[in-house]
Amino acid sequence: MRTLIAALSAAVLVAAGVSPILGAEEGACYVAGSLVHADFALPHTAAAIDRKHVSIVVVGSASSSLPGAEGAAKAYPARLQESLMRRLGSDTSVKVVARTKARDTAAEMVKTLRQVLKDEKPDLVIWQTGTVDAMLGVDPDEFQTALGSGLDVLRAGNADAVFVNMQYSPRTDSMISLGAYVDAIRFVALQREIPLFDRLGVMKDWNEMGVFDLSTATKKIDVAERVHDCIGRMLGRLVVDGAALAKTNVTGSGNADGMNKDNH
Amino acid sequence: MPPAVPAGRDLRLDLFRGLALWLIYLDHIPSNMVSWVTIRNYGFSDATEIFVFISGYTAAYVYGREMNNRGVVVASARILKRTWQLYVAHIFLFVIYMAEIAYVAASFDNPLYSEEMGILNFLQQPDVTMIQAMLLKFKPANMDVLPLYIILLGLFPPMLWLLLRNATLALAASVSVYIVAWRFDLNFPAYPNGTWVFNPMAWQLLFVFGAWCALGGAERIGPLARSRPVFWLAIAYLCFAFLITMTWYFPRLAVYVPKWFSEWMYPIDKTNLDVLRFAHFLALAILTLRYVPRDWSALSSPLMRPAILCGQHSLEIFCLGVFLSFVGHFAMVEISDGIAMQVVISVLGIVAMVATAALISWYKNIEGRKAPRQATPNADLAGGEA
Repeated sequence: MRTLIAALSAAVLVAAGVSPILGAEEGACYVAGSLVHADFALPHTAAAIDRKHVSIVVVGSASSSLPGAEGAAKAYPARLQESLMRRLGSDTSVKVVARTKARDTAAEMVKTLRQVLKDEKPDLVIWQTGTVDAMLGVDPDEFQTALGSGLDVLRAGNADAVFVNMQYSPRTDSMISLGAYVDAIRFVALQREIPLFDRLGVMKDWNEMGVFDLSTATKKIDVAERVHDCIGRMLGRLVVDGAALAKTNVTGSGNADGMNKDNH
Repeated sequence: MPPAVPAGRDLRLDLFRGLALWLIYLDHIPSNMVSWVTIRNYGFSDATEIFVFISGYTAAYVYGREMNNRGVVVASARILKRTWQLYVAHIFLFVIYMAEIAYVAASFDNPLYSEEMGILNFLQQPDVTMIQAMLLKFKPANMDVLPLYIILLGLFPPMLWLLLRNATLALAASVSVYIVAWRFDLNFPAYPNGTWVFNPMAWQLLFVFGAWCALGGAERIGPLARSRPVFWLAIAYLCFAFLITMTWYFPRLAVYVPKWFSEWMYPIDKTNLDVLRFAHFLALAILTLRYVPRDWSALSSPLMRPAILCGQHSLEIFCLGVFLSFVGHFAMVEISDGIAMQVVISVLGIVAMVATAALISWYKNIEGRKAPRQATPNADLAGGEA
């Protein structure tokens, strides 16, 4: 059934003319593309792109990494770097550093954020969090407060932020209550105007459409690598779009984001 | 002078509790499209409010009569016996949960999910986990309602005593506890972190309010609840809640909510039974009062029978629902998680709940015939579980 759906969706993509340009794999990633859009601008990143030197740090827990000797190169931070290098051209230097600690809660990551600002002086921090807090049952209010103070730290350090929420994991879906934490991230992202990469929604779509089968038990790493590759590519698009949005914000007044604010 | 407890069972309670149990079941199956029909997607409150309110109402109805007729000690003993049953049921569900995660730990391996597998760490410390579960501090996903119910019912005897003597004072006490818990951020501690998902000090308000309604409060506020301005106010509030909920699903609509307003309104806290949720439940109740009268003829129609049956055996059916949601999710992961499968699982689960409720009714009937109890018409036999 799943393979059938995958074949069908691939056929649809070919028919839509997506596949020939992007290649089958990239097309498959973008089955869930409508969920990924830069809602808010990334001004520091835009300035860095102008300077032709972009420094990004991914702060996250275990799901921002992959096991094994090849893990670091195949995990989404490295894939993001590659995607951005492709998109921005060879004359721009892009560095993506992954600072992941397997079992860190959002509150613990705030400390990492401080350290990262000192060490790397990044233009953008991609902050992946939520799963560890949900598993430990951290008070959702405290989780939300931690997100806010992390953003305060980043703002003071002149770095943009992008949130990445949880993975969709069908096997553990009934064991880990993500709901309150998903809402908290979404709420803080909206309130503080931070782009959110909805990894949970994207992966759910992939699973539903049969792009990736996420419920099979396997020791092999190939699906995991392809998932991370897709996440890296889509994050790359989100970062570039967010930076572009910052420029239209400065020059024009009729852009989507500006309109949102005026309507209040 | 103790107020008289109204005679004759209000079938509406069973009906709505049965429906609430179905909705809770649907909501408990993760990633279930069918749960789009449940009320939580169209307003602030959800089936939990209905369940807690009706549980308070029926508890007061059944044990209030007992307390009037046979005294405080007997009624309290029966309430505590019921609490014990709830506790045993909770531990039973916990065992099922442990079996599920132990199975997944042994059979599921995927390098993509090393992080999520952290949930299985509980298995490495069975001593701590089990003791914390027995203390009601460790409550895995979807297992938060019964512990709340256990606390509410366990502490109910003194509250019922006060309700029978001075209902207004009892309600005022309940409101005070709610306000104090809210002002000082009080809640019960949980394991391994944080606090209870349903704060008993907040949710007791709904339970006691239900009990207060059962013991004459409903008659007192009846004229107000049925008045035209209140009716239109309820409609307006439900529309408002509906529109706000839509902005959660279509984030593009969120720009129409003024920032100062969302800052005032959010978060709409489920843990502490946010006032907005409570008000939403009240608005729903006001509409229900108007459109579903007590002697509504449809209540005796065969169409309503399945939900009423489930509502009459709420503890068993609630537990079954939690169990079935585990099984349903398991089937979705193992076989298929397509929409067709989600519909099949949702329908089959509800059919199983109805069949079980019918079986329990039948069994209670033959047991009752074998050993007819004299004394007062027993609420249990009338299907009147608290």
